[in-house]
Amino acid sequence: MTKLDAKIPKGPLADKWTTYKATAKLVNPANRKKLDVILVGTGLAGAAAASSLGEMGYNIKAFCFQDTPRRAHSVAAQGGINASKNYKNDGDSDYRLFYDMIKGGDYRAREANVYRAAEVSNATIDQLTAQGVPFAREYGGTLDNRSFGGVQVSRTFYAKGQTGQQCLLGAYSGLSRQVKRGTVTMYPRRDMLDIVIVEGKARGIIVRNLVSGEIERHSAHAVILATGGYGTVYYLSTLAVNSNATAAWSAYKKGAFFANPSFIQIHPTSIPVLNDYQAKLTLMSESLRNDGRIWVPIKQGDKRHANDIPEEERDYYLERRYPAFGNLAPRDVASRAAKERCDAGYGVGETGLAVNLDFKDAIEAQGQAAIEDKYGNLFEMYEKITGLNPYKEPMRIYPAGHYTMGGLWVDYNLMTTIPGLFAIGESNFSDHGANRLGASSLMQCAGDGYFITPYTVSNYLADEIKTPRYSTELPEFDEAEKAVRDKMNKLLAVNGTESATSFHKRLGKILWDYSGMLRNEKSLKKALALVDELKEEFWNKVKIPGVDKEINQELERAGRIADFFEIAKLIIIDGLNRKESCGAHFREENQTEGGEAKRDDKNYAYVAAWEYIGDNKAPKIHKEALNYQFVEVKERSYK
Amino acid sequence: MKITLKIWRQKNAKAKGKFVDYELNEVSTEMSFLEMLDALNEKLIISGGEPIAFEHDCREGICGCCSLYINGQPHGPEEKTTTCELHMRSFKDGSTITIEPFRAKAFPVMKDLIVDRNGFDKIMAAGGFVSIDAGSAQDSNSILIKKKNSDEAFNSATCIGCGACVAACKNASAMLFVSAKVSQFALLEQGKVEAKERVVAMVNKMDDLGFGNCTNTYACEAECPKGISVANIARMNREFLSAKLT
Ligand SMILES: Cc1cc2nc3c(=O)[nH]c(=O)nc-3n(C[C@H](O)[C@H](O)[C@H](O)COP(=O)(O)OP(=O)(O)OC[C@H]3O[C@@H](n4cnc5c(N)ncnc54)[C@H](O)[C@@H]3O)c2cc1C
Ligand code: FES
Repeated sequence: MTKLDAKIPKGPLADKWTTYKATAKLVNPANRKKLDVILVGTGLAGAAAASSLGEMGYNIKAFCFQDTPRRAHSVAAQGGINASKNYKNDGDSDYRLFYDMIKGGDYRAREANVYRAAEVSNATIDQLTAQGVPFAREYGGTLDNRSFGGVQVSRTFYAKGQTGQQCLLGAYSGLSRQVKRGTVTMYPRRDMLDIVIVEGKARGIIVRNLVSGEIERHSAHAVILATGGYGTVYYLSTLAVNSNATAAWSAYKKGAFFANPSFIQIHPTSIPVLNDYQAKLTLMSESLRNDGRIWVPIKQGDKRHANDIPEEERDYYLERRYPAFGNLAPRDVASRAAKERCDAGYGVGETGLAVNLDFKDAIEAQGQAAIEDKYGNLFEMYEKITGLNPYKEPMRIYPAGHYTMGGLWVDYNLMTTIPGLFAIGESNFSDHGANRLGASSLMQCAGDGYFITPYTVSNYLADEIKTPRYSTELPEFDEAEKAVRDKMNKLLAVNGTESATSFHKRLGKILWDYSGMLRNEKSLKKALALVDELKEEFWNKVKIPGVDKEINQELERAGRIADFFEIAKLIIIDGLNRKESCGAHFREENQTEGGEAKRDDKNYAYVAAWEYIGDNKAPKIHKEALNYQFVEVKERSYK
Repeated sequence: MKITLKIWRQKNAKAKGKFVDYELNEVSTEMSFLEMLDALNEKLIISGGEPIAFEHDCREGICGCCSLYINGQPHGPEEKTTTCELHMRSFKDGSTITIEPFRAKAFPVMKDLIVDRNGFDKIMAAGGFVSIDAGSAQDSNSILIKKKNSDEAFNSATCIGCGACVAACKNASAMLFVSAKVSQFALLEQGKVEAKERVVAMVNKMDDLGFGNCTNTYACEAECPKGISVANIARMNREFLSAKLT
């Protein structure tokens, strides 16, 4: 049995990364241009990695499925990006940021990786600022901060409600600079469909050119995946509609272990589902909870307009249940609390599946202009979608699928179990445990890309300097290409009667209902059976018009949905295996009397890393024990 | 509602395109414009037709993927609204809606409503960056920037690169796009060192790629879904002139 070795450097927590950097192998600048690195995904993580590795002089081939890197879903991140600068002098430090993330992740993340993420956070803010990212500033000209859920310091840097856009555009401009220098070649409009492994190492990828439909082969000395999260498995989520799991899934099927797939964050403040046509849900940033107060009526089924319900008939349930953190309780806690109220009949709006997020008090105290300055674009977005004005009445919000803490298992090098295959950003599992804290993903993505991969990828490539460029004529490439073509032809050959999207909708509903915010043994087993049934139906009834040698968006979609069926099963299997509640994974059998998540540290303080061993075989579990050496594992309380 | 759609269909970049009419009988005012097109595509797929190819991703007005020239306006009739944010409540029952791709020499049609906007990436690679290697940056607060300048730089930086400005302009000029990036950097201390080289490189690249000249009609500002101001163009012209003079 493969033993999982996270390759964590020895020594005190705060020295590990310094030790690693001081002892990692290096590649001589003259050798770097002879080494090719494939980078799949040019969101914040990928674009940052492309610019850093390009600066060093490696030959980077970067791929994305959009027409340009600037459209990656990082662009949609709203609220902010964390760093432990302690500019507010309110007690922040690397350790505090690390501790908050470990606790926020409900003690299911790896200490060494999390500490490093905190440690490089300040350099990230400096880098982005130097690149011209216009973060919000104070009148004195210094950078401003705000607070985010699950913490008691103000460490979040932001650019109105468009922080992700600004960070991504910063990283994209760095990537553009390397395109000019010739170190990065951009391959947009490509879908990566498989990884090629030669002699046990990742050596290339197979992609479909989304314009010509051609299947292309690309080789390299190392491959980095920065392909984002798979939250779209729920169909309705806060992710861009084309976000998908295919790249990570193909790596899994080639031997990369997949860690904690069931850890999926349901974000508490999204615009609720309004109708059946809806193709996605729009997030209302967590930062709004700094000034907005969440409530439902005290009376069940109270159908009065929110503005007509007097103060004493409102239940500010987060403030009531979690007085220490109030409206800034972490996401998993806030989401379940909203669901609890709505399921008990206190929800608002036509469907009763919504709660109020009210800015009345904040507007009274600070004035409308101040609120507009902080959240203007979010308020506009809300009004465009719902037709309601949130300056005049509370927003209605409800939880939605959002972020995948689970992902490809990586060691301290951010390398998967396939040598030479790295996974960075949301596509890996390492930093957020069972629940991610707000504004820590952009931080991790940028940190992975700018400051970690340059060392760890070099450390790997140092042993590859004698390896000549790989030919894409090798039999391993033939085989991988054939598998990709076979799957595509099989999909096209079904020629059934229903659209791929109709299956995606049904799959999403199964997962949401039976493997969503709450789950139990029975519901998960039911989900497993339903997914199997639906998968079978998909392969018999899906209809893909057109041919493969042209732009064919239905073919792209169907391929992704085919993979969603498979990853859905792994999500459920992982959820079934973990008979405890932790973070976003809430097993109804395991809760405290007060309805909070109840961990079982004795039996489940591990990362579940799943190995693929065949299509019709149960995946094999490998356990990476989480031995906390630097923090005391406690009950997670926000009361 | 009942809606008639006249949609540009074009098999690929080389094929000749034409308008095709479609009727939709059950359009709800709550649908977004793209959800309406999803509904049409669903019908087309089930009945053995070819769905309409159009680009979209975030569906919340931030990625710049969606485009579409709707009834003669990029992103349709609502001000400061991308196509994906547009809702059917902006249209009347029984109306006819014409949908075309963005039209510009520098944005060739690839299929149906999809155009190639890769020129923007090329302009960015010509100079749309601050040259700073990872690891060499100073503490962020060592550069103080007036809030006013930083806010203005932010406003310029909110361009989503959708290309509506080019589609709206009778000369298919990319001045608004380029000037927004030039302004963002010109307004910030970090960008000043390379300001001259940047503006010249980006403007030259824009010209090379076949984008047209600016003749001050300001259609770009009127149609920009993010409200990027033509004041950026004036600033870029000043920057360009002073770069040429020195
Ligand atoms: C609405 C929203 C708001 C958020 N707000 C915040 C916030 O305020 N703060 C915060 O810290 N985090 C936030 N997050 C989370 C954060 O934005 C993401 O986790 C992060 O941006 C992911 O970045 P990434 O680089 O890993 O992936 P992405 O930005 O998703 O990029 C993925 C890249 O991979 C490419 N790709 C994927 N699959 C393939 C394939 N098969 N072939 C080729 N290319 C492929 C794509 O083209 C793209 O370039 C938010 C998330 C959402 C959805
Ligand atoms: S789809 Fe992203 S801006 Fe419209």
